[in-house]
Amino acid sequence: MAALNAGDRIAELRVTPDKYTPHRYAGASGDFNPIHIDPEFAKAVGLPNTILHGLYMMGLVARAATEAAGGDPGSLKRLSVQFRGMGAPETEIVVSGEVKQVDDGTATIDVVAAQGENQTIRNAEAEVSL
Amino acid sequence: MAIKTEAVGKEWPATTYEVGKEKIGEYARVVGLENPVHFDREAARAAGYRDVVAPPMFCVVYSAPALGPAMFDPEVGMNFAAMVHGGQEFVWGEPACSGDEIETTSKCLEIYEKDGKGFYVFETVSTNQDGAEVVRGTWTNIVRGV
Repeated sequence: MAALNAGDRIAELRVTPDKYTPHRYAGASGDFNPIHIDPEFAKAVGLPNTILHGLYMMGLVARAATEAAGGDPGSLKRLSVQFRGMGAPETEIVVSGEVKQVDDGTATIDVVAAQGENQTIRNAEAEVSL
Repeated sequence: MAIKTEAVGKEWPATTYEVGKEKIGEYARVVGLENPVHFDREAARAAGYRDVVAPPMFCVVYSAPALGPAMFDPEVGMNFAAMVHGGQEFVWGEPACSGDEIETTSKCLEIYEKDGKGFYVFETVSTNQDGAEVVRGTWTNIVRGV
């Protein structure tokens, strides 16, 4: 059983997706939207380059919350996120969070995923069972 | 221009997806999960799961196909060129394991306009072969300039 208390910071998760991560995520998830895998298409629709899948970054948020609860995948009960900034490959993502409350064996954790100053996922809230 | 809202409450036909052990492993590796319960049957059983267990966010693999017909429905009428995935929520129930057959239905919960943007909110509900709810997803798409 993981010991989490209100106010605790969860262990930071730092991941640098490589150039091909969006291709591998597309294959794993089935989301082949060309804005994630085709630089020419991405630029043609006004993006600086290919961007990360939002749900890939949500996957990292889920991983950080699950690890904070001790690592059992069954411990994550709810996760809600807002996608705001666009995520870029080959740039470090830092997932950080703080335990907001612990009630009856369930911890609620506020989580943010950012690349530098760019918060790609904000107002994320995870509920994990302890 | 007023936003079309007649699709609110509409439901689309269910899709089914059979969860496979290697597909779980493929997903887990991309997001960097190393827990053997996602790769090894014995480890998963030792941890109390029926079979190799999917990471929670693997739910996008089996639930997103149900959303396709909803998002492309002309009655919904979303402008894809100006659309972004604005928000997402999942609430998990029974774990999804290799061999599970999961059925997912989709429904349009809300369509509304705020600050010149259109908000399109869909719900997917996924249940396994025993009728137990595996995950409930709320998908919010935002369209600029409606």
